[in-house]
Amino acid sequence: MSDWESVIGLEIHVQLMTKSKIFSSSSTAYGAVPNEQASYVDLGMPGTLPVLNEEVIKKAIEFGLAINGQISKKSIFARKNYFYPDLPKNYQISQLDLPIVEGGYIKIQNDQNIAKRINILRAHLEEDAGKSIHSKKDNCTFIDLNRAGTPLLEVVSEPDLRSANEAVEYMKKIHEIVTFLKISDGNMQEGSFRCDANVSVKKYHDKELGTRTELKNINSFKFVEKAINFEIQRQIDLIEDGGRVIQETRLYDENKNITKSMRSKEEANDYRYFPDPDLLPIEINEKFIKEIKDGMPMLPDEKRVSYQEDHALTNEQINILLNNSDLSQFVDDVIKKSKIEPKKLMNYFISSIYLKMNKENLLIQDMTITPEDFCKIINAVEDKKISKGNIKQIVDILLTTKGSTEKIIKKFAKAQDDDLENIDSLIDKVISDNPKQVDDYKKGKTKILGFFVGQVLKTAKDSDPGLIKEKIIKILDKV
Amino acid sequence: MDIYKKSLTQLAALLNSKQISSKELTKYFLKRIAKYDSKLNSFISVNEDYANQQADNADKLISAGKNNFLTGIPIAHKDLFSTKDIFTTCGSKMLEKYLPPYDATVVKKLNDAGMISIGKTNMDEFAMGSSNESSYFGDVKNPWNLEKVPGGSSGGSASAVAARLSPVATGSDTGGSIRQPAAFCGLTGLKPTYGSVSRYGMIAYASSLDQGGPIGKSAEDCAVIFDEIKGFDKNDSTSNHQIDFKKTQLNLTKDDVNKITIGIPKEYFSQEMNEDISKIIFQAIEEFKNLGFNIKDITLPDHRYSIPAYYIIASAEASSNLSRYDGVKFGYRCQDPISLEDLYFRTRKEGFGTEVKKRIMIGTYALSSGYYDEYYMRALKIRRIIRDNFKEAFKEVDFIFSPTSPTTAFNIGEKTSNALEMYLSDVYTTPVNLAGLPAISIPVGFNNQLPVGMQIIGDYFSESNILNIANYFQKETDWHNYIPEEFNHE
Repeated sequence: MSDWESVIGLEIHVQLMTKSKIFSSSSTAYGAVPNEQASYVDLGMPGTLPVLNEEVIKKAIEFGLAINGQISKKSIFARKNYFYPDLPKNYQISQLDLPIVEGGYIKIQNDQNIAKRINILRAHLEEDAGKSIHSKKDNCTFIDLNRAGTPLLEVVSEPDLRSANEAVEYMKKIHEIVTFLKISDGNMQEGSFRCDANVSVKKYHDKELGTRTELKNINSFKFVEKAINFEIQRQIDLIEDGGRVIQETRLYDENKNITKSMRSKEEANDYRYFPDPDLLPIEINEKFIKEIKDGMPMLPDEKRVSYQEDHALTNEQINILLNNSDLSQFVDDVIKKSKIEPKKLMNYFISSIYLKMNKENLLIQDMTITPEDFCKIINAVEDKKISKGNIKQIVDILLTTKGSTEKIIKKFAKAQDDDLENIDSLIDKVISDNPKQVDDYKKGKTKILGFFVGQVLKTAKDSDPGLIKEKIIKILDKV
Repeated sequence: MDIYKKSLTQLAALLNSKQISSKELTKYFLKRIAKYDSKLNSFISVNEDYANQQADNADKLISAGKNNFLTGIPIAHKDLFSTKDIFTTCGSKMLEKYLPPYDATVVKKLNDAGMISIGKTNMDEFAMGSSNESSYFGDVKNPWNLEKVPGGSSGGSASAVAARLSPVATGSDTGGSIRQPAAFCGLTGLKPTYGSVSRYGMIAYASSLDQGGPIGKSAEDCAVIFDEIKGFDKNDSTSNHQIDFKKTQLNLTKDDVNKITIGIPKEYFSQEMNEDISKIIFQAIEEFKNLGFNIKDITLPDHRYSIPAYYIIASAEASSNLSRYDGVKFGYRCQDPISLEDLYFRTRKEGFGTEVKKRIMIGTYALSSGYYDEYYMRALKIRRIIRDNFKEAFKEVDFIFSPTSPTTAFNIGEKTSNALEMYLSDVYTTPVNLAGLPAISIPVGFNNQLPVGMQIIGDYFSESNILNIANYFQKETDWHNYIPEEFNHE
């Protein structure tokens, strides 16, 4: 295999996060009752016309700027004609010539952990189709057009990727950009972020590219890696056995981990693209682009460097923040307002707010807590007025009740004071009840401390073990 | 009272002065339809109950003094304008039982103005045709001679207004479909600038060319309807939002007239032009000259290419626009399809007529990979050249006059076997659609007892000027007042 090189290009379909569809006012929310979110326009009723949603243009421009692409001053929509029951008009409004974004690149770490530039050919806008649901039981096909007309940005890379791993790195990078900038929710289970992979193989010294196959509709990082790896090996085996790769579209079967032929080039549609006469060309001026640029947050790559160099956050912590710019904005505010070391502060954040968000599937906007509130809470922990465990409890309380944060902290601090008095007497009791263990400690068996802490915690369940340990050491040293 | 002869302004006055109620007026025209339309077949459906109900509402508004100018006056709509819960067939079996869930913007605006929608008029299937012979609902007859076609595709609207079965009607014009039937039936028909009138709810034939407009007895009637339906519509991105659509004032003076120059394109009066018709057009031009207009010869050198360019572009767009009729969601579905392909093939085979299939095939071919550049792209280039021809001409003149059609109404069946000859009858009208300009057809005489129409083309968004000079001419002449004998009774 070593003298084979694989050549991969990805077409990533990014569902744009807009309230309404690209050409109608229907909602794009996921999971509604089938066909509840399909208007006359989405259904392609005779006489209806598409009207472009401006939000879609803004998001596409943001993406173009984020990948150093060229925003087209004039962009046009085209019709891609093919018959399919879940495509109501039997043409898809897409872009062929003059896509909204041309060129651009991002950087990834390649297999040798060296920064590598992956060029992007174009990113164009299009409407999504509906869904066909084939029912064996009823012996028919149901059609749900809720997804029809959902805005998509199709990001087409140059064939610059050389391994499945690079493809995944590239895809993750694009995912990070679109989610951080809130261009897309990036939800792969719901199909908001999926890709087609063009794969071919050639000998390293060959200048010409091999015949490529297209793997359709892969919706997870893991499957992208598996599907591409399978396809690379399939093509190599085929050629080494004297066969020939044919240009075709293939589907990845997740259960069997194989790719299967879907249709050959000969069977491929002639899409008969032509400019959509129902939509005027999109004219974009410099001022509009500048306004969008000025409103954009720092890009994830720059943000990563800043978190590493200015705040010394761990990679794990950074990855969490780069998932969503609202999250990173929240933490940035806390860092600015608090004296606590960012790495530590971030741990407090993860173990309380972030945990809660993940558990209950909430956004940071859903959490009623402000960065100021959070600062007050963690400062109280630092001042030892309350325990670390209290952070989570206070965050929970703030989510359900409206109360002054100070008051809630005070309440917990008072409880801790009361606890501390209890704890002192508990420690005294544990020490006098266990003279043998006290002796062992005195002889240098410091590990026995855990036993004392455990005994105290049996009664004082919510107390801070670190604090108890400190106190026990102090008392034992006096004995 | 010879109500059928009255102009919209006269009808409005009768309603306002309560000499007649809207209910009476509506019944009057419904009665005329019942009496005469079996001869003409100009209506596909007549909405008697709906019309009476609208008339009752109109009468309430009139007696409360809350009426608009057009409140209570009947109108007929070409059957490609979507009408909520009223069959809209587009002249096709494909949509024979299609009930739109919403009103087209044009229909909505006229309903809001208080007009009574008395029925839906016959038309060539999906507006593809120049003679109204491609309708699934049968040929329409020309009231001037029942052996003749009324023109197309808005043949039903023209026939109905010519026989005075409706005071006025809407039509649509993709390559001449308002102007040519207006000419064949002795009426005035306005094709507005592309973007003046919303296309929302008007079932598409060729989106970059389609434009709705009025067919009426006079320029004055057309102006009244045009004023009501024009303007930007947020549901149609191609409707113009930059133009300030003011109310049309028909107030052209002798002084204005002396400053106006009319261009006569020499290419439009070539050998293919019927000599008799040519003579009538030149008499009309002479009349305009006598009224004080300046006349000037001009050239539109590349217009001979407009027919092929038009049929490529219109068919290409149609092939895509009509893809949605597949038996899946609405309209005709073949019986017991055995597979998806079978559903598609049989639904479209059985649901569409010959002319529609022909154009879908031409369009599909023209857009196919390998042929796109040779056909579609070239047609677009010609389109640009034709537009430039007009642009040059309008540097020298204010209006361009031409015949509307090379012939008067021809016999039913005469051209159905010769597609090319049929297509050539649009030779003077298609360039206007390709350029997106406004134009009107007005009656200017008769040849063998059949009306002859003249086309007046203006610059972009100059409808008001076009209507003004047409109206100026009609005030001095009475070609527009002739009514076919057979229908010139109560």
